[in-house]
Amino acid sequence: MPKLIKDGLIVDNIWALLAKGEGDVAAVEVPAGQVLIPVAVWLAQKDQLQNRTDIGVWFDSDESAELIGNDANRFAVIGVNFPLFMDGRSFSTARLLRERYGFKGELRAVGNFIRDQLCYLRRCGVNAFAFANPETNLEEAVKSLTDLQEYYQASVDQPLPLFRRRA
Amino acid sequence: MYIYDEYDHSILRQRIAQFRGQTERFLAGELPPEQFLPLRLQNGLYVQRLAPMLRINVPYGMVNSAQLRKLAHIARHYDKGYCHVSTRQNIQYNWPDLTEVPDILAELAEVGMHGTQSSGNCIRNTTSDQFAGVAPDEVIDPRPYCEIIRQWSSFHPEFAFLPRKFKISVTGSTQDRAAVQVHDIGLEVVFNDKGETGFKVYVGGGLGRTPVIGVAIREFLPEEDLLSYLEAILRVYNLFGRRDNKYKARIKILVRALTPEVFAQKVEDEWQHLKDGYNKLTQAEIQRAKGFFTAPAYEQIDNAAAQATVDAQAADSVAFGKWLQRNVRAHKIPGYASVTLSLKPTGVAPGDITDSQLEVIANLADKFSFGEARTTHEQNIVLADVKKTELFALWQECKAAGFATPNIGTITDIICCPGGDFCSLANAKSIPIAEAIQRQFEDLDYVYDLGDIDLNISGCMNACGHHHVGHIGILGVDKSGKEFYQVQLGGNASNDASLGDVLGPSFGADDMPAVIQKIVDVYVANRNAEELFIDTYRRIGAAPFKEKVYAKAN
Repeated sequence: MPKLIKDGLIVDNIWALLAKGEGDVAAVEVPAGQVLIPVAVWLAQKDQLQNRTDIGVWFDSDESAELIGNDANRFAVIGVNFPLFMDGRSFSTARLLRERYGFKGELRAVGNFIRDQLCYLRRCGVNAFAFANPETNLEEAVKSLTDLQEYYQASVDQPLPLFRRRA
Repeated sequence: MYIYDEYDHSILRQRIAQFRGQTERFLAGELPPEQFLPLRLQNGLYVQRLAPMLRINVPYGMVNSAQLRKLAHIARHYDKGYCHVSTRQNIQYNWPDLTEVPDILAELAEVGMHGTQSSGNCIRNTTSDQFAGVAPDEVIDPRPYCEIIRQWSSFHPEFAFLPRKFKISVTGSTQDRAAVQVHDIGLEVVFNDKGETGFKVYVGGGLGRTPVIGVAIREFLPEEDLLSYLEAILRVYNLFGRRDNKYKARIKILVRALTPEVFAQKVEDEWQHLKDGYNKLTQAEIQRAKGFFTAPAYEQIDNAAAQATVDAQAADSVAFGKWLQRNVRAHKIPGYASVTLSLKPTGVAPGDITDSQLEVIANLADKFSFGEARTTHEQNIVLADVKKTELFALWQECKAAGFATPNIGTITDIICCPGGDFCSLANAKSIPIAEAIQRQFEDLDYVYDLGDIDLNISGCMNACGHHHVGHIGILGVDKSGKEFYQVQLGGNASNDASLGDVLGPSFGADDMPAVIQKIVDVYVANRNAEELFIDTYRRIGAAPFKEKVYAKAN
C-alpha cells in the first residue's frame, strides 16, 4: 500500500487516483472503490456519480476552484495537482477551496510538489501530501511541515495576520 | 527606521535554519540541483559566471550604521573586500563560497538583514524614494507602507512560486524618484479630496525584453485596503499569468493580453471577497509602522545663517561649490540638507564599494546623519539628514574616502549592471563601456553645462541597467559571438515616464565614447537656453541625432 503524509502522520494512501485520459470526459469509465477523479470527469458525469460517497475530485493547476465552488463539501477528499513543482497555481486553488468555499475535508497535494513546499502548502490549507515520486523519504519530508512556525500573513492555518496578534 | 522585534527575528531565524538544511541536503546530494535552484534563488543566491552571487535586501533602501559595518565585515571575511549596490537598492556579493552562505546569512540576521526573496519567482524587495521622509516635495512618507508590504510579502505562502519575479515600488512625492511606472505594481501615496490617505495603483510596468509603462487601475485605494488589494492582484496574476514561456510570464503580458480594463475588473471581483477580511489594515498597525519613521532629533537651526556659512565656504572653494551644486539637495527641515555620496568615480565599476568605504560611510552616518544611510536605485548612497553647517566637514571626509565625485545626475553618474564581467546572463560587458564614457566626459565644467542626463547601460535585454528609461540608454547585444551596443534615446523613469527609441544599428565597444559624444553634440547645438537633454530630444526628435551619428556610413 502506498503511503502519504496526512495531518503530520505517515498513513496508507487508500484513495486511487484516476489520471486524465484522452477523449471525451463523459465517456471515461470511473472505477469502483475510493478514487479521486479529474474534476472535469465529475462535472460531465455528475448525474450518474452523485450518489457515490467514495469519490473525490482533483484539480489540475489550470482548473479553477469555482468549477465546484460551494459543492466542495460533498467530497471527503479533494486533490490539487502540481504538474511541475514550480507551477504555483495550486497554492491559490487550495486557499480558495478552504477560505472561499469552506471545504472541510482532506485537501491533498498530488503530483510533483517537493518536500520544501510542505510548509507553505500547509499554510494554504493542504493537510495531505501524496508525492508522485515514490522515492520520497516521508519520514524526512514530514519535518518540513514546520520549517516556519511564525508568520506575518493571514492564511488558512492562521487567519489573523501578525499585525493583529503582535503584543 | 524599522527595527526588528522578537517576531521578526524569530521568523528570520526559522528561514535561515530552513535554508541551512536545504544547502546541506544539496551538498550531500539529497536535494537535486533543479529543486535546489529556486530555493537558493529565494534566499538570494545566484550561480554566476565566475562564482555564486549573493544578493542582500536593503528594504526600500534604508540601512543603518550597524548594518553597514556588518556588510563591510561580510565583504572582508567572506568575499574579496568589496560589494555592489544594485539598481534595486540591494547589496550584491560576487565571490561568496556556497558552503559559507548559511553562515553569512546567519551573521546578517544579527542585524536584521537577509537575502530572502531577493531573487526567484516571488515578491521581491520593495523599493522606494531615497529621499523619503526628507524631500521638500513629499506628500506622504511612503516608508511605513513599504514596511507593511515587506512584512506581508515576506514568506507569503501563496505567492512563492509565481509565474515570474514580481517587483513593487512606492513613492510619496510629487516628483517620482522610485520609477513606479516601470514596476509590476507601482504605488503612489496620495490624499483624496477628503484628506484621506490612499494609493494610486499602477500595474504592469516593467523593463526587460518587453518594456512597458504601467497603467493606473485604481485612482484611489484607501490605505486600510492596501494588503487585500495587493493580495487580489497577486492572486489573479498567480492563477492567470502565463507559465508556458518565461519571456511572456511577467504581469505586464497578462495585463496587455486581457486589456487593462478586464484585468482591473478581475482584480476588483477578487478583491470584493477579500477586502473586509483580516488583512484589512488597522489604524493601530498603520500608526505602529509610522512610529518607526518619525523625525530624528533635528535641531532648531537658523537657516539663513547656516546658508551664509555654506555660501562663504563655497566662495572660497570651487570644488566644494561644485559638490554642493551636484551632490547636495534641499531638505524639508530648515538648516538641513541631503547628501549623495557618489559611487561613480571614473575607473570604478558603478555601484561598487569596498569594505573600508562601507565602514567610512557607517562612521559618517553616525557623525553627520543620525546613524542612517540609504542606497539608491541609481547605485549611490545618501546621507539624508546633514546639518548645512557640517557639509564642508562632510565633504572633506568624502573626498578622502573617494565619495566626493561631484557628478550626481550628470552623464557620468551612470546606472550600469554588472554585465559580462560577472553575470552569466549578459550578452556583453557593461562596466568597461561605462568607464570609457566617463573618460570621454572628464571635463567637469563641460559635464555641468550639459546638465541632468541619465545614461543607463544594460549588458543584456533583461535590462538590469534600466537602459529603456535612460535619457540615453545603451544595450549590450551579441552578434555571432561579438559584443555590440545598441543606443536608445528619449527614455525617462520619472513622472512623465517614457521608453527610449532605438537610434539605429549597433556599434562596437570602441566606437561608443565617440557615439555618445556626437549625441551630446547634437543636443548642445540644438538646445534652447536651459533646456535639458530629454526635453530637447522630445522637441526635435531622433532625426538630427541619427543623421550625425550615422553620417560616416553615407
